Amino acid sequence: MSDEETKAPQGDDTGPEPEVDEAAEKAKAEAAAKARAEAAAAAKAAKEAAEAAKPPWQRDPKIPEWQEADDSAVAGALREAHGDAIAWARTLAGDLVVMVARESICDVARTLHDEHGFTMLIDICGAHYPDREDEPEFEVIYQLLNLDTVERVRLRVGTEADTPVPTVVPVWRGANWPEREIWDMYGVSFEGHPDMTRILMWEGFNGFPMRKDFPIEGIDTGSAIYPEYYEETAGPVAGTGTGWKPPEEPEDEEAAPGADDQG
Amino acid sequence: MDNVEAGVLTTTYDKIFNWARRSAIWPMQFGLACCAIEMMAVLDPRHDMSRFGAEVFRASPRQSDLMIVAGTVTEKMAPIVRRLWDQMPDPKWAIAMGACATCGGPYRTYAVTQGVDRVIPVDVYVPGCPPRPEALLWGLLHLQRKIDRMTVAKQKAS
Repeated sequence: MSDEETKAPQGDDTGPEPEVDEAAEKAKAEAAAKARAEAAAAAKAAKEAAEAAKPPWQRDPKIPEWQEADDSAVAGALREAHGDAIAWARTLAGDLVVMVARESICDVARTLHDEHGFTMLIDICGAHYPDREDEPEFEVIYQLLNLDTVERVRLRVGTEADTPVPTVVPVWRGANWPEREIWDMYGVSFEGHPDMTRILMWEGFNGFPMRKDFPIEGIDTGSAIYPEYYEETAGPVAGTGTGWKPPEEPEDEEAAPGADDQG
Repeated sequence: MDNVEAGVLTTTYDKIFNWARRSAIWPMQFGLACCAIEMMAVLDPRHDMSRFGAEVFRASPRQSDLMIVAGTVTEKMAPIVRRLWDQMPDPKWAIAMGACATCGGPYRTYAVTQGVDRVIPVDVYVPGCPPRPEALLWGLLHLQRKIDRMTVAKQKAS
């Protein structure tokens, strides 16, 4: 149905008609444009109807878009209270996302907790962006929930590997272990944390596994987990076990036949 | 003639020791991951590990003969596995159950030991992810066959 409508005006357009005045040609072009628009609208409506008729799991996914959070009350209150500490505030899929300056994260968290009812800290995540140049290499992301209104707020803080982030343990005691996990996995430390030690890997583990430049097989830790069981250079070494390595490919094609001749 | 009436049996030390050892292998109650679920299923009435005399899961390594390493051994867990193995009295055996305990399985990562045989000596490797209970029974029967070849004149080579 929609195919016929879209094809018909194109056939009129391309037809050779040399002896017509400008007005008629203009009217014809307008009519053609109108027909094309109508056809496009009909096609769009048909597509939407077909999409709506599908079961939800077969529909095209709706990609959420970023929008400026100008009408958000929480964002407005945060801007008023903290001013420059709020770099930007946007919404994504209905949730407020706030970029906060590193030094002010604990104050912003305190404001959200005390005055806006975000009493639950869902999680703290880390992120590593090794290729970013104009922005910090690491980010710490706090997911907050207001249990009364079921609102969610995401706080993002940019930081560098050697720059500690103020801890939010005084605000939410549950932040203790997630912050240790971020230190363990990303090497981002937290200032004022009561016990800034590794939580998943053992003490003496070399490197921070969730960084993008960390090899998945692990690197030589150089230290045993339990020194009473293993000597300095013995014992389990992260990921390598007894030192097994994948077989190496020949580097260039010329070397490979030479190796064959020797064999 | 008197001896025969008294029920005397003439055999070798090896046969009587091996018979006793393979007929009552007590495994250690010790599971690391999802393979342990299959290990539990071995005890149920359908598979019934007690047919082979190995149903007595002991909660202490000091009373166990067999360590079934059922699951992923992380680098952090490996020394503890080794300590439990050292606490078991001789003669003792180990079954590496499943892909993870055999070679690290799908986890070729910084956190996982690439096979429990890097920490303890393993007698039987049971393939699978996780192995069916029948596969673990297959491993147990293989272990019994291996025990039958032992001799008291020489320590088990491990």
